[in-house]
Amino acid sequence: MKVHEYQAKEVLAHYGVAIPRSRLVTRPEEARAAASDLGGRVVVKAQVHAGGRGKAGGVKLATSAEEAFVVARQILGMRLVSKQTGPEGKIVHKVLVEEALEIAHELYLGVVLDRSVGLPVMMASRFGGMEIEEVAAEHPDAILKEHFDPCQGLHAYQARKLGFALDLSGDTLKKFVKFVTALARAYNESDATLAEINPLLVTADGDVVALDAKMNFDDSALVRHPEIAAMRDLDEEDPLEVEASKFDLNYIKLDGNIGCMVNGAGLAMATMDIIKHHGGAPANFLDVGGGASQERVENAFRILLSDPGVRAVLINIFGGIVRCDMIAAGVVAAATSLKVNVPIVVRLQGTNVDEGKRILAESGLALQPADTMADAAAAVVAAVKSAAGGTAAPRKER
Amino acid sequence: MAIWADRSTRVVVQGLTGKEGQFHAAKCREYGTKIVAGMTPGKGGTLVDGVPVFDTVADAREKTDCNAALIFVPPLAAADAILESAAAGVELIVCITEGIPAHDEAVVMQTLARTRCRLIGPNCPGIISPGKAKLGIMPAQIHKEGSVGVVSRSGTLTYEAVDQLTKLGVGQSTCVGIGGDPVPGTNFVDVLEAFNGDPETEAVVMIGEIGGTSEEEAAAFVKKRMRKPVVAFIAGQTAPPGRRMGHAGAIISGGKGTAKEKIEALLAAGIHVAATPAEIGITMARALGRA
Repeated sequence: MKVHEYQAKEVLAHYGVAIPRSRLVTRPEEARAAASDLGGRVVVKAQVHAGGRGKAGGVKLATSAEEAFVVARQILGMRLVSKQTGPEGKIVHKVLVEEALEIAHELYLGVVLDRSVGLPVMMASRFGGMEIEEVAAEHPDAILKEHFDPCQGLHAYQARKLGFALDLSGDTLKKFVKFVTALARAYNESDATLAEINPLLVTADGDVVALDAKMNFDDSALVRHPEIAAMRDLDEEDPLEVEASKFDLNYIKLDGNIGCMVNGAGLAMATMDIIKHHGGAPANFLDVGGGASQERVENAFRILLSDPGVRAVLINIFGGIVRCDMIAAGVVAAATSLKVNVPIVVRLQGTNVDEGKRILAESGLALQPADTMADAAAAVVAAVKSAAGGTAAPRKER
Repeated sequence: MAIWADRSTRVVVQGLTGKEGQFHAAKCREYGTKIVAGMTPGKGGTLVDGVPVFDTVADAREKTDCNAALIFVPPLAAADAILESAAAGVELIVCITEGIPAHDEAVVMQTLARTRCRLIGPNCPGIISPGKAKLGIMPAQIHKEGSVGVVSRSGTLTYEAVDQLTKLGVGQSTCVGIGGDPVPGTNFVDVLEAFNGDPETEAVVMIGEIGGTSEEEAAAFVKKRMRKPVVAFIAGQTAPPGRRMGHAGAIISGGKGTAKEKIEALLAAGIHVAATPAEIGITMARALGRA
């Protein structure tokens, strides 16, 4: 789960990570008051779930409370378009008004799970403000890494090692060590999958402060962190994905026009791939689960059809434990009640497949059966093409 | 011979008294797997389908000499279940549970590194050596005894591949689902190494997906050490970056872990990569000279 910068900073502050003084506001007048309380000179920052906010005009410096009002009025309500938001952008509903600090230099700090060794790793670099992927490409030697045991946390000597390598000394080094160990603890104890401070600010006074902060959390662990789970912002998510999540369905909206319903994540990805291979474009990823029930199938079907871009549907089920006859009954029930008006190709394989095919054939619905994944993909792409008068090109608008 | 699971495997099912545990344990038993014990704290002394249930794995091990565990417990209790079996000296642990926090998995792997225990999964269909033993939730009937080893991060996509192999008359020695989580107990290299040393395995199908670098590590291993043909497929060639595609581990992050990179690494290692999921079986049949 992603959270906003201000929420990430709340979590970090709870673990003793140093953050600037700030206030979250939703109206320009509140920004003026906040700026005046924070000493006048502030940075006004759009709160959306996307990077690249600065370049997109979502982060602005104000030198007075009045200017903070003006800047906040520009940012609030704007459609922020950055590399990460896609062309449709994101509407800004909230801004963070934060004290502007005197910058001596900017560093980078980030914690992620290093999957190749199964351990969290603290990464640091002197290229603050630059994306870590860019640093990795251009200055791979500049990324310092300290792996740590999740049972023990990051030790102070490891933090010191990073600090010395970044040429920090004296009080600043001490503050850096405190900062880094607190960041590791925040990552560990809040079940984060990412905790990134970019840039980490060393102020003119030698303080070490998180200028920006990004945290992602492990969806599987949210049950043990209700305070973090409550930070979920549904405005930042696709409405169909929100609806799917209510039924525990894995649904991800894509740009194509062939709706897919598959059981199992690997098979669902493979189905998208084979559609593409045959010249089509998937409208979504949808995993109804290895053990899909009739009810799940019905809900899944309803959700994928509510995407107006869907011109045809491919259902690909490998019945292992889940029986094909049950899936077929679910498809027939859903297709009947939803009055489907796009072509549907159904490929069933596995347990009770013949019974499943019989149910589909006897339903009286225009369902097109297919035996193999290749046949199914070819059939659904052909169906889209004939409906569109010869082209399977995905739609342009979203 | 097969790898890891065979007729000598004696299984304790953790969570046998739950609905899923009971259902799948019965299916494994039908297949001929020796399910010798169940384990659910507080249910010790009871029987499930004639199988004795114990309060602790240590008890189960003492009374039944079980050497493997099959885990069907809820996600927040699963790490503890794995650690309990490992502490009791169980050699092979198969964890089916999906949704275990990554942090718990990392802790488990740090602990298991100090033991001789092998963990398969979590979030996997399990392991089957056709005709010998099945510890998992895969449909038994699609498998056929033979000499192709299968290793995969997926569930139903593995069934798809196995089904294709069987229909082409190509049987399997052992099929291992290593699972879709970011910190798997067993990775591709572990399984490839075991298949390499298994005289009954003559070739290997490897099914990977986006996210992480385990396919690249497997490619490096194959290039250096593998003496048997390997056929691979990578799912997620059309997956958008930054999105978790169902499996917790199936995510392209920071531009890393794309299908393209993985396929390039596999091809460079001399691995036969199937262009589509429909061609996994036939690609293997060709590699074996049987098509």
